[in-house]
Formats: sequence, structure tokens, C-alpha cells
Amino acid sequence: MIEISSLSKRFGEFTAVRQLDLVVPAGELFGFLGPNGAGKTTTMRMIAGILQPTAGSIRIAGHDLLAHPLQAKRALGFIPDRPFIYEKLTGIEFLRFSAGLYGEAGPDVDRRGHELLALFDLEPWRDELVESYSHGMRQKLIIASAFVHRPAVIVVDEPMVGLDPKSSKILKDLFREYTRRGHTVMMSTHTLEIAEGMCDRIGIMQRGELVACGTMDELRASTGHDDALEDIFLRLTGDRVARELVEVLDA
Amino acid sequence: MREAAAAGVAANVASPPEAGAWSLLRPKWQMARNRTRHHQQGDLRRIVVVSLVALGFWSGAFVLALKLLRYFRNAEDIGALLAAKLLAMILLSFGSILLLSNTIAALSNFFLARDLDQLAAAPVRSGALYRARLAETVLHSSWMVALLLVPLVGAYGVAYRGGPDFILFALAVFAPFLLIPAALGSGVTLLLVNVFPARRTRDLLSVIAALAVAGLVLLFRAARPEQLARPEGFANFMQFVAALDTPSSPWLPSEWVSEAVVKYLSGKAAWQPLLRLWGVAAVLVGIGHLLYARGWRRAYSMAQEGATKRGTARTGRPWLDRVLAFLGPLRRELVLKELRVFARDSTQWSQLVLLAVLLVVYVANVRYLPLTGDGVTVLLRNLIPFLNLALAGFVLASIAARFVFPSVSLEGRALWLLRSSPLPIRELLWAKFWVGAVPLLLLALLLVGATNVMLRVQPFVHIVSLVSITALVFPLTALALGYGTFYPRFDTENAAQIPTSFGGLLFMITAIGLIGAIAFLAGRPAARWIVAEHFGRVRDPLDMVMPFALGVLVCMVGTALPLVLARRKLETLERG
Repeated sequence: MIEISSLSKRFGEFTAVRQLDLVVPAGELFGFLGPNGAGKTTTMRMIAGILQPTAGSIRIAGHDLLAHPLQAKRALGFIPDRPFIYEKLTGIEFLRFSAGLYGEAGPDVDRRGHELLALFDLEPWRDELVESYSHGMRQKLIIASAFVHRPAVIVVDEPMVGLDPKSSKILKDLFREYTRRGHTVMMSTHTLEIAEGMCDRIGIMQRGELVACGTMDELRASTGHDDALEDIFLRLTGDRVARELVEVLDA
Repeated sequence: MREAAAAGVAANVASPPEAGAWSLLRPKWQMARNRTRHHQQGDLRRIVVVSLVALGFWSGAFVLALKLLRYFRNAEDIGALLAAKLLAMILLSFGSILLLSNTIAALSNFFLARDLDQLAAAPVRSGALYRARLAETVLHSSWMVALLLVPLVGAYGVAYRGGPDFILFALAVFAPFLLIPAALGSGVTLLLVNVFPARRTRDLLSVIAALAVAGLVLLFRAARPEQLARPEGFANFMQFVAALDTPSSPWLPSEWVSEAVVKYLSGKAAWQPLLRLWGVAAVLVGIGHLLYARGWRRAYSMAQEGATKRGTARTGRPWLDRVLAFLGPLRRELVLKELRVFARDSTQWSQLVLLAVLLVVYVANVRYLPLTGDGVTVLLRNLIPFLNLALAGFVLASIAARFVFPSVSLEGRALWLLRSSPLPIRELLWAKFWVGAVPLLLLALLLVGATNVMLRVQPFVHIVSLVSITALVFPLTALALGYGTFYPRFDTENAAQIPTSFGGLLFMITAIGLIGAIAFLAGRPAARWIVAEHFGRVRDPLDMVMPFALGVLVCMVGTALPLVLARRKLETLERG
């Protein structure tokens, strides 16, 4: 469970996140949408404990992130949008290292690591250096590393980028099964079809504020139109796109 | 399968043990091991060349130091004092370099490294992170100094018959000597990152630079090394001995190391300075541990803010656009791109800080050379500029290695853009060459000009040295660019690591050869001219024509050849 209360983040004069209140309960797959620069990644990096909030609080699985960062982080798996992996480690070494950060080691970690690698078709590559992995393979390894310590909450920024259709399907199934077992997934994405098809609830951010939040039905009700998510998104975040496109091409 | 995987990764309820410092260091160890296992083509050749160069350097330094120390040993009364003073001065310089490089390495290791996000998001205690990163900082900053110390300390051991036990003693003495600047540097970095919350790294580095330059010059001046070269400046011999015997900076670890080594080698009890070294190291590491445990998370978040706040970068420089208008749109954009990328890359700037400090020390040394006492003739003063020419050339080569050599590598992931555009490769190289050569030339003229003025040399010497250094700048730039093209490192994250590659080493070897040749071709006939003039002998200007012409030819070929080869190489490069 993620509980965010009055969360704000300022970078000098610029307010990236403004008074955000949000609860993502256990067993929910929450979609986090918004145009570029809306504050999604900043919010997720605050939840992951990488950025410190200017104001407000975050609780992960009941632990206050600011007061008890270690307990809160122990319950969290974070997949950033631009992850770093040590190029000269092998896939399995990286998974062991990731588990080690959470104090886990031994045969259990190896077993889970192998299961996750097999799930993402990376088992034949487990002893190869990461530098020889393709972009999609790296993304799958990062996703596997977020699951390897069995967190209660997964926060994932743009998980589908670079994945082939099969891996994308596997990840969707994994997220569904994971939430079905009572865990929480908070996922940001720009692929609206994925959010519409997968997520229990969707939050849309714009200019640092949550401008809409709810199930698809609730979002439709809030706009008063029986639209697809793309139309709802454009209504909420500005529908000047087509007009601007013409202006740009004519310029 | 998927359900099984999800079940396998079911939530972890119990609290497992926490990750310690070793858990954080393990991937680095594994990466080093993997590097040795996964050999690439040419690796063996590189290892052989690097080993031979290192061995040659070690042997040379060892023989030189041993010869000097044996000479000291034969000097009764003051021999041991001179040996101690020499060690203290060398260690003072090393200590200053260590403090600066540790501060910069700590900034990178604790706040800028790309793997920190993962660690910050994991339940890792800041104390464990401090210990791991401190170990990395020590290693990154000290390996070169440690390697330089081996022949020097070895020579002390052999000259004063320290025996095999001396190796263990030296390890015990030099370990805290390397640890103290790392603990101090990382502590300073944490404080600075907290003081400059939303500013960019460059602002921070400029503060470090200012502090470092001031500190280093002060430290060096405190040692007053020139006094020791002029015994006649002392009222009597006893005063000279007293000056030698008095530690110039008794509160500095370098002095304690020197004291410990000398005491041990002369059979006296050395536990006092040893205790002082370990005590200070332990206290500093303890304070650092406390500071990082309390303040790292906040400071790291602040460092992120600095990196995120890109809106402050000035994107337009109309005055520079206007100044460079004569180049035409393509060349102007290429030059502007080079300048902007350089100015905004903090890893490049941190290199500049180190070089600025070295330059200040260099000029300060020339300023304080004892050139006014007995036996220092006008002749000597006019010959020194040619030695100075070689040293200035070496400084320029180091700068070219730092800034020009990596420029093709830094195109790395953007090379697709240049290769897919209708850009002639020679234009790219043209921009890189001049963006490197012009600042180098200005610096070279300033460096040699300023030191010549300080030395009060004759106009003839002034002109020859200025022309020579000008002629050197172009082949040095071209060689750096050429070697950088032939030995690129496209995948590196840190520009500071590129010059330490195999290609960088080859460039430095070639550059030293070139500098030696030019210093010889320009210096020898000019020196003979000055000597002839000094002793009133007949001078024939024709004696200088051949070597000067040969020097010009070497510089022209040294400029054109690397550029032509680099263009061919870039045109056939299949990347991006």
C-alpha cells in the first residue's frame, strides 16, 4: 500500500509536484499518466526515496519513508525510467547484487533469480556480461531485479519501453498475478491502451497536480463523455494538439 | 510459470539482515574479475606495453632516487636530514594532490555516480554506503600516487638498509597517509553539497578549485623549498642544519610519515608518528561516518535537484554567435556545439580544476626559483627557458590528453546524428582541432611568456621559446585528436576515464617524444648561440637554420598526418 499525503516538490522556483494526495491500496494496479514534465517521475523518485520531498509524507506498506526509510524501502521494488546496470556484471551477478542490497543472499535468491530469468527468456544469457545485452534484455533484467527481493510494493516508471510483444505480455500477466496476490503496483506509462487494459485505477497528473483519479468508469463520468482513455487524457491535459500540429506544419 | 514466479516473489515479511559495505563493493570486485576473464582482441598487447612503460618508469625512478639517497648518505651531519626533508617535501606535494583528487572523486562517488539511484532506493544504511564509497574513493584517487611511491619508498628502504620488515612498516605508515585525504575530502564534499543545494556541480567545483589552489600554494610556500637550495642564505652552517631539522609543517601527515620512515630506518622508535597517523585517520573516518550517516540522503537529494534544474543553462550566446559568424553556419554550429558541450560537462570541468592547480604550482615554482644568488649567471637564466619549454610542452600534452583526446569518444552515442547527416568528416575534425588548439595556444603563450618574464630572459630567447611552443601546440592537438580517433571509448560514462586508456598512454608517449625533439631542435642551437654570445665567440646564424627548419617540418608533418589518418578512420567507422 502506498499512502501519499500533501506531497510537494520544488526545484528552486519551479514546483514539480504540488500538494499531491493519493492512496494506492494493496492488491491494486495503479496507472500513473500525464504529459511529459507533469511530475510523474519526480513523484516516483520521491516514493523510491531518491528525492526528498519539500513537504508532505509518504508511507509504504505502513512505514513512513522519511521517518523510517530502511523499513519502507525494504517493502519497495523500484524500476526507474532510465536504469543503470553495471556493464561488466553478468545477469545473475546483477540479480544477486540487487537482492544483496535488501540483505538477501543464498540458494533462495539464486532460485528466484533463475525463475525470473527463465520467465523473461534470459536464462541462456545469465552468465553473459550485461554489456552484450540488447536494450530490451536490460529492461527485462531490471524488472527481474525489482522482483527478486519479493517486495510488497512495485513502483515502475515506463516498464514497457523496449520490450518485445512476448515480454510485454509476460510483464502484464506478472503484474496482474502479483496484485491478485495482494501486492501493489504503481506504474507510469505513456501507452494509454496498456493503462486502460491493465490498471484498476488511473491517475492523471498535469503541471504537478493530480487532475483526475479513478477507475475508467469514474474518469468517463468526470468528463461527461463515453470516451476511450486517449480522449479523456487529451480533454484533461489540453486538446490543442491537432490545432498546434497544423500551425507547426504551416510555420 | 508466471504464477509460480509471482508466488516465488511473494512479499517478504520478515526483516532480513542489512546490506553491509562489502555487499556494495562486491559488484566492483566482480566487474574487475570479469574484465580479466573476458579478454578482447589486443588486450595482451596493451598489457605488455603498459607493463613495460610502468616497469621502465619504476626502474628509472628507483635508480635515480637510490643514487640521490646514497649521495645523501655520504654527506655526514646533514645527509639523513636532507633525506628526511626530501621525503617530506615529496609527500607534501602528494598529499595536496591526494586531497584535491579525493575531494573530486568523492563528489563523483558519493553524489554523481549513476548506480547511486539504485542504492538510494534500497534499504542500505548511509554508514555502509560511506564505508564502501570511501574505499572506492581511496582506490580511485590514490592508485597513481601509490604506484609512484613504490620506487621512492623502495629506494629509501634499500639505501638505508631497511630490510624486509620495512615493507610491512611502509604499508602501515602509508595506509593512513592515503586514508586521511580521502576521509577529509569526502567530508568537505558533503559539507559543500549541503551548502550549495540547488546549484550545479560546476559551481561546487569552482569553490573546490579556489580552495584547492589557495591551499596548495600556501602549503608549498610553507615548505620554502628554495631556501634549501641556497645554503649561503643562512648565517652559518648550524642554522642551515637547524632549518633542515625543523619540520616546515609539523601538523601535516606528510611530515609524520617522513618522520616515521626516517626514524625507523635509523633504528629509532617510530611508534609516535605512526600512532598520530592512525589516530587522525580513525578520527576523520569516524567523523565522516557520522556526517554521512546523518546527512547523505538529504545531500544526495539536493545533488539530484542540482542535476535536474536544467532550465538555468544558458542556451543562447548571441555574442559568441556573432563572433563566430565568419565561419559560416556549419562550422559555427560545430564549434558552438563543442564549446557548449565542454562547458556543461562537469566531469570535464573537474579535470580543469586539477590542471589549474598544477599550473599555479608550476608558475609559482618558477617565480620562486633561486636565480639571484651566487653562481647564478645570466647564462643559466637564459638556458632555463629551454627546459621550461619541455616542461610547458608536457603540461600542454597533459591538457590535450584530458580535453582533446576524449573529444571523438564523447561523440559516442551522438555519432549516428553526425554520420547520417551530410556533414563532411573533415569539418567535424576541423572544429574539434581548432576548439582544442586555440585555447591551448593561448595557454601556451601565457605560460611560457609569463615564466620568461619572471626569469628576465633575453629577447632572442623569448622569441625562440614562444615560437617553439606555438609550433608545438598544433601537432600536440592533432596527435591527441588522431589517437583519440584510433582508440575511441564510446561507451564510457565518465570523460575523465578516457585519457587513462591505452590510446591515451600511446598519445602521451608520442607527445613526449615530439616535445623532446622540438626542445632539442630549438634549444640546442639557441643555447649554443647564447653561450657563444656570452663568451664573446663568433656566432653564425646559419647554424640555427637547419635545426629550426627541421623542427618546423616535424611540426607540420605531426599536424597533418594525424588529421588525415583520423579523417580516414572516422569515414570508415561503422557505428551508430
